[in-house]
Amino acid sequence: MRARLAGPLLLAPGLVAIVLFATALGALFRLSVLEFVPGSLRTGGVTAANFHAVLSAQYLRAIGDTALLSAATTILTLLASYPVAYALARARSGRVRSLLLGLTLAPFFTGAIVRTYAWMLVLGSSLVTWPVRLLFEPSGVLVGLVHFSMPTMILILAAALAHVDPALERAAASLGARPARVFARVTLPLSMPGVVSGSLIVFAWTFSAFATPELLGGGRVKMIANVVKDLALDSFNWPGSAAFAIVALAVTLALVAGLGRVLTPRAS
Amino acid sequence: MTAARATGVAVVVLLLAFLTVPSLVVIVVSFNPTAIMAVPPHGLSLRWYENALTYPQFQRAAVNSLIVTAAATLLALPIGTAAALALVRHRVAARAVWAAALLSPVVVPGVAAGLGFLILAAGLGLLASRGVLIAVHAILVLPFVIRSVSVSVANLDPALERAAASLGARPSRVFRRVTLPLLRPGLAAAALFAVIVSVNEFVVSLFVSTRVTEILPVAMFTYVVNYTDPTMAALSTLFIAATFVAVFAAERWLGLGGVFGLEGHARGGPSR
Repeated sequence: MRARLAGPLLLAPGLVAIVLFATALGALFRLSVLEFVPGSLRTGGVTAANFHAVLSAQYLRAIGDTALLSAATTILTLLASYPVAYALARARSGRVRSLLLGLTLAPFFTGAIVRTYAWMLVLGSSLVTWPVRLLFEPSGVLVGLVHFSMPTMILILAAALAHVDPALERAAASLGARPARVFARVTLPLSMPGVVSGSLIVFAWTFSAFATPELLGGGRVKMIANVVKDLALDSFNWPGSAAFAIVALAVTLALVAGLGRVLTPRAS
Repeated sequence: MTAARATGVAVVVLLLAFLTVPSLVVIVVSFNPTAIMAVPPHGLSLRWYENALTYPQFQRAAVNSLIVTAAATLLALPIGTAAALALVRHRVAARAVWAAALLSPVVVPGVAAGLGFLILAAGLGLLASRGVLIAVHAILVLPFVIRSVSVSVANLDPALERAAASLGARPSRVFRRVTLPLLRPGLAAAALFAVIVSVNEFVVSLFVSTRVTEILPVAMFTYVVNYTDPTMAALSTLFIAATFVAVFAAERWLGLGGVFGLEGHARGGPSR
């Protein structure tokens, strides 16, 4: 009897957290279908107007920009992270491995504001003449987003690569495959679970990125999260803002659901 | 060293430089005596540090950060540990649903969670309350606590607890003298994660804080938007230094490789 009750009792405090979180998201959904009364935080009747507004030209552009920047960030992050992840997974010396892990994790844990501010200094520096203008441009936002996503991607790829047995690579090499062929036919295919899950996670995170486009975009580059903040905290249009937040939420949840399908082992 | 290997090493070094250089620039700028960078710099100065440490809004935000992070961590640790024990050890109906619900704050976009909490807090008339920030932070760090503690719970041999019980220890004594000490590495990692996530949490906090209750990242954001002098560089340098110490200490004493699932074939360890 006691043992059977232990599970539910231990989960009870967690349930409080779940209920609070669900209530907050429920409030978000409720407001998204209520009419915005300008100049007031009170709302009118039920309406679909907030979601219609999401589809207006100005806001569709923000959604398009968000999708493009997220796709570009995912591809560049993947290319930039793979070599580091490989080095991390295959490092033989414990010291090299600790150094790589530390250098990867330090930015991971440094926080969005500090990291974005650092890029404002680098991109806006009067000392370096960049070939193209970067600060307050989409290209500069892209640089910041890639930098922001790299630690996560490196960790996911390194975890996948750590489980690829190097003996398989040696076997392929001993049978005469050149390094490029070993990589293309053995290493890369075996690390695909990491590639796919890392890409999905980075795309989802970037899709709702806020601090990087807010600061590096200087108000000229708007991603979905920036529109949510502008509408909620500057225009006090909570219902309109809620509709946008739900767009970001829906895309993220769809990607996470896709991730679950990718990671669930197929019955064999 | 072959040419291919040398190229590989060079590429990795360049990519790591891309990851690291912005932080180095911040550190250099923070010691610059003038607001405008010059090469070579006209000497060293701590004036921006003095500015950062004496700016009233940063001082207030630092106190708020301390209170919110400490309270949220102390709340999330027992809640998360209990949940991890239940999920790993006990028969729980719909275990996958519980796990997904408890870990969901990680995947929900910050602006969606932030706006939701803002609407909820406004509805309850709690907008100016620091308690809202504490509750929100506890919910946001809970997934990290559960993940870290679950690893330790899974590695805990139930035979040790049975042995203690068979020698006459009551359940509460078994928990205090056997279970908790064996969970210590997981609890330490969980506390570290919770503190780091909470101290750096920005987007959700931006939505649910006021000028009076705001924590450091929010105050820093407001400062960057309004001022361009290197005061932010000084404060950022302090953040970077603290993070570096925490990460390398954690790698040294806790072994972060295990936490991130990097123990595989490469080091001959057993793959999980």
